[in-house]
Amino acid sequence: MPDSALPRPEIQFATIAQQGDTAELGIWAFLINETIFFGALIFTYFLYRNFYPHEFAVAAKDTVLWCGTLNFLILITSSLTMVLSINAAAQGERKAMILWLVITCALGFAFLLVKGYEYYLDFLHKSVPIVAYEIKPGEGNAGILFWAFYWVATGLHAIHLMAGIGLVLYMLLWRIRRGLITPAYYAPLEVVGIYWSFVDVVWLFLFPCIYLVGRS
Amino acid sequence: MYRWIPFWPDTAAVNAIAVNNIYIAELALSSLITLTVAFMLLTFSIRYRRGSTASRANLVQKTWHFEVGWTTATLGLFLILFVYGASMYIWLYNPPPADEEIYVVGKRWMWKAEHPGGQREIDALHVPIDKTIRLVLASEDVIHSFFVPAFRIKHDVVPGALETIWFKANKTGTFRLACTQFCGLQHATMAGEVVVMSGPDYARWLGDQGVRESFAEQGSELFRAHGCSGCHSENSTVHAPLLDGVYGTFVHMQDGSVRFADEAYLRDCIVNPRSFTVAGYPPVMPDYAGQLGEDELLKVIAYIKSIGSKRETGR
Amino acid sequence: MSVTTVERASADEPPETEPSYLTAENTISSWLLTRDHKRIALLFFASITFFFFVGGMAATLMRLNLATPEGLLQPSVYNRMFTMHGIIMVWFFLIPSIPTTFGNFFIPLMIGARDLAFPRVNLGSWYVFNLSGLVVLYSLVMGGADTGWTFYTPLSTSFANGYVFAAAMAVFINGFSSIMTSLNFVVTIHRLRAPGMTWMRLPLFVWGIYSVSVVMLTATPVLTMDTFLLAVERFVGTGLFDPAHGGDVLLWQHMFWFYSHPAVYIMILPAMGVISEIIPCYARRPIFGYAGMVIALMAIAILSFFVWAHHMFVAGISIYSAVFFSLMTFFVAVPSAIKVFNWTVSLHKGSISFDAPMLYALGFVLLFTVGGVTGLMLATLPVDVDVHGTYFVIAHFHYIMVGATVSAYFAALHYWWPKITGRYYPEGWARFSAILTYVGFNFTFFPQFILGYLGMARRSYTYPADWQSWNLLSSAGASILAVAYALPLLYLGWSLIWGRKAGPNPWRATGLEWAIASPPPEHNFERTPTVTLEPYSYDPEHGSFVTQEGRSHAR
Ligand code: HEA
Ligand code: HEA
Ligand code: HEC
Ligand code: CUA
Ligand SMILES: [Cu+2]
Repeated sequence: MPDSALPRPEIQFATIAQQGDTAELGIWAFLINETIFFGALIFTYFLYRNFYPHEFAVAAKDTVLWCGTLNFLILITSSLTMVLSINAAAQGERKAMILWLVITCALGFAFLLVKGYEYYLDFLHKSVPIVAYEIKPGEGNAGILFWAFYWVATGLHAIHLMAGIGLVLYMLLWRIRRGLITPAYYAPLEVVGIYWSFVDVVWLFLFPCIYLVGRS
Repeated sequence: MYRWIPFWPDTAAVNAIAVNNIYIAELALSSLITLTVAFMLLTFSIRYRRGSTASRANLVQKTWHFEVGWTTATLGLFLILFVYGASMYIWLYNPPPADEEIYVVGKRWMWKAEHPGGQREIDALHVPIDKTIRLVLASEDVIHSFFVPAFRIKHDVVPGALETIWFKANKTGTFRLACTQFCGLQHATMAGEVVVMSGPDYARWLGDQGVRESFAEQGSELFRAHGCSGCHSENSTVHAPLLDGVYGTFVHMQDGSVRFADEAYLRDCIVNPRSFTVAGYPPVMPDYAGQLGEDELLKVIAYIKSIGSKRETGR
Repeated sequence: MSVTTVERASADEPPETEPSYLTAENTISSWLLTRDHKRIALLFFASITFFFFVGGMAATLMRLNLATPEGLLQPSVYNRMFTMHGIIMVWFFLIPSIPTTFGNFFIPLMIGARDLAFPRVNLGSWYVFNLSGLVVLYSLVMGGADTGWTFYTPLSTSFANGYVFAAAMAVFINGFSSIMTSLNFVVTIHRLRAPGMTWMRLPLFVWGIYSVSVVMLTATPVLTMDTFLLAVERFVGTGLFDPAHGGDVLLWQHMFWFYSHPAVYIMILPAMGVISEIIPCYARRPIFGYAGMVIALMAIAILSFFVWAHHMFVAGISIYSAVFFSLMTFFVAVPSAIKVFNWTVSLHKGSISFDAPMLYALGFVLLFTVGGVTGLMLATLPVDVDVHGTYFVIAHFHYIMVGATVSAYFAALHYWWPKITGRYYPEGWARFSAILTYVGFNFTFFPQFILGYLGMARRSYTYPADWQSWNLLSSAGASILAVAYALPLLYLGWSLIWGRKAGPNPWRATGLEWAIASPPPEHNFERTPTVTLEPYSYDPEHGSFVTQEGRSHAR
């Protein structure tokens, strides 16, 4: 595809470069907002952790460590493949871009798969408040609070990841297929990449906070 | 004292006088400021209305010295108000040694008060004049707020915690008691009255309530019935702290922190023993959350407090 | 810079090249799927006007009930009325009011852009807003929630039996609309300013919207998380906020006020921006201390995050944090003081005319001052201990939210009406309702200060009989106020058809929005304007003014 085929900017922009810039500022502003959203959750989680250190530590030992760790690795890798894809887009290597993006997407699905299996294990272990719950020894009344946070946090994260997968698929099946992502203008892909990395970073925080703290 | 001011609420406690003073000071300052602003708006509006002949030459160009001027002036005024208010608040919210302690439990939609002698009343509170009264507030369900307008005192009554508040009435009579935190359907009628009586009248009133076990004695029974005495007594096999005299002391925790043993602390020990452990003891005390009602908890606490004072006077 | 003196109105008229945004295309889908910020502004205007009247109806019922000590409504109905009144007025009227309508319409025009940065997000915001509106209406129609707009736990989680879940979800969804709109403004103001439109040349309205967007963007997610946890708790009941299950009761309040205190400044900052546009225009002189006004706006925005616990002075927080939050509350009031003084002094040596927007603006300054100084009384700890939870607080915030912000909203509506519709409204009627608003307002809410200090608890359907006269006065005032708020609807509607045609710059103002036709053409600016001057270059001595593009106009 020739570099000169710049798409026309939308009506409110003077140049396509300005349009790309603006989109990136937009996603950063959105991520500030998201950071505060998850920040509030993690903050309350630690508040309760501080109230009930023993109960939370006991409950946290029942999380499935290997699932969390595996997912940690999956997401880290997917961030890398995402960056590789954007790099390929910048170089104009269309095949490589698509390949890396497909891998990213597959890793996203893999994460959900592992997470789903982990949820199933949690269910077997009777750690789903209301649906199937049993107070384990040492957890006391506060253990259920831990599990409430666990479900809210990982659930919200999973929803964000699904949105990320949706965006990647939109890139693959719409923008890229129509040749709208070119070395001259690949800002949309970058925006998706920034969002994707953010979702990874959230897991980077949640994983130690939920799985590791108190496990020694 | 404030009778001459129209629409002034009753002022019937030493706390209320302090609040009145600061309120009047602020009212005066606020009116002054508002009137100044209004006056300036009005004079400028008239003098510089369109078509008036007042000169418009030489508009102020450098505005910042004016701005710095009134910013520092307001900041200064604000700091004065803040210091005045904060010092008063610390005084108001730090209970002095009390002559009498009354326990008040808020429940949808009534106030239950229990005197140390075991006298109980509902939606009413009888107190003697010129005595420092300390109230210990607890809630059985949602957040309420204990408010006596004539005393200018208020405190939220929060479930899961004990709050204290004090006053010293200086006028006999009957005053309104209200709930000011929305607590559901009949919040508006969760009200009652505070009756301030002279000392002898109050003593007579206490006597008329029929002889009952004192509050602490009821607590002592509960202390035995719920098995507390099984551990917390001299001849128990469990290694548990003796509770004589803990009230009002500083207690060292296993994790190195120190907590002051007030009512809220004692309550925490009973319903939430797992969240902290007293230094030198095993964490074996069972959790009594849900087993003791809010008024029962208050009784047990009153008992623990009473054995403290007994020990002091006894030795 | 061109120094040619151009005749007013005649030479000014841009050539009629593009149809106006109103007439460009007129199918239903051209409105419902529009990406034009001006049309979206009007869509928002329709939605929030509707909610203003729903909230107003609830207020009317409440005042009717309080006219007698026994009350006319069932207690449960009254409780649901003030809850829904608070929720609807705050989230469905006042928070979106100025940003989504006048902000949407005028931010691009004032900075010389052809649209907001993300027009689709803007349209999406309107749909999300209406979705949340439907949910809140569902909650209202089914019987309403009975918790107060503050949803205090554990009442809201374990005890209330109204449609609390629906109401909380409405607030939750509404937050996304706030976030979408504010994100758009932040990015637009950063990236789409016309050449020469430097930060210190932005009209103060743009600064107002910018500061409010920053606050919305950073505060709203906390409320979103908070209501989400509330919904989880109400639905699943794990005990997060329930002390009986080891939860922390005050956590909800901290998180709620962490959002809702900044939210009260969300409601006032755009209004301050509006007033800063109107006062210079009708006083025909530059605003006093432009830089100070900008600094004050941003200072309020930032400090507003550190005062939340002043709503909890008697809730059982420690004495030391109470003292700290009291101090911070005094600090946040300092920039407001700067603004009040600067507005007042902006009249000095002006050439003032008292058109309807100016009357609303002058009312704003006075009512804001009264609301503000009573806010300071609340910030003073012992006084707050006394009047917290009484009608004193109700009076305080109605003075600011209704007396100030709603007045500013009406001021903006009149000021920009000719630009939006291309028509003049009947000036006499407009002045009349401005004055009527002022009178009715004070009758309604001043008695509530007295009731508050006498000790009347808020959220009560009944009260002791000796307070009836004050309550009656307040209810009577409320009916005057209702007329004053209904009138503009009538004469503004009338003006749409019969109003005199307005030229591009009816008030001889300096902003870029006045350089284009009224109503504006579909794509705003034919060519991007170049800005050469700061705003408000009015000269009262000679009656002349220079627009931001540098075109001077003689008397
Ligand atoms: C638009 C909304 C808005 C705004 C702008 C404000 C502004 C302020 N508010 Fe208000 N407030 C509310 C809306 C608002 N408030 C609401 C909705 C509630 C109750 C919520 C509920 O419980 O339901 C509330 C409650 C509330 C409380 C808690 C009361 C309680 O429940 O116990 C407090 C306490 O500190 C307070 C203080 C202040 C202060 C100090 C300001 C300041 O920012 C005001 C600053 C302005 C001025 C001070 C005026 C101008 C200054 C001068 C002219 C200078 C000179 C003055 C002097 C030297 C005195 N407010
Ligand atoms: C944010 C904006 C906002 C606005 C604009 C208003 C507007 C009004 N409010 Fe407000 N109010 C709140 C926010 C607001 N309120 C909040 C947050 C609370 C706390 C809730 C809680 O405690 O949880 C509250 C609580 C509250 C109470 C206390 C209830 C209680 O604690 O028991 C009262 C009582 O008088 C009251 C009255 C009014 C009145 C008379 C108006 C008037 O200004 C309204 C005027 C408008 C109209 C009347 C509609 C327009 C006209 C018509 C529809 C014409 C037809 C009508 C007639 C002919 C009558 N409000
Ligand atoms: C199984 C034994 C046991 C029973 C029954 C028991 N406790 Fe305890 N209690 C302990 C132990 C052990 C500690 C010290 C360790 C800790 O803090 O958990 C303790 C600590 C306390 C403390 C804090 C003492 C201090 O020095 O600060 C209080 C108060 C208390 N208990 C009250 C009660 C009351 C009231 C009951 C009955 C309702 C009760 N306990 C029942 C074992 C018991
Ligand atoms: Cu109890 Cu209101
Ligand atoms: Cu506040």
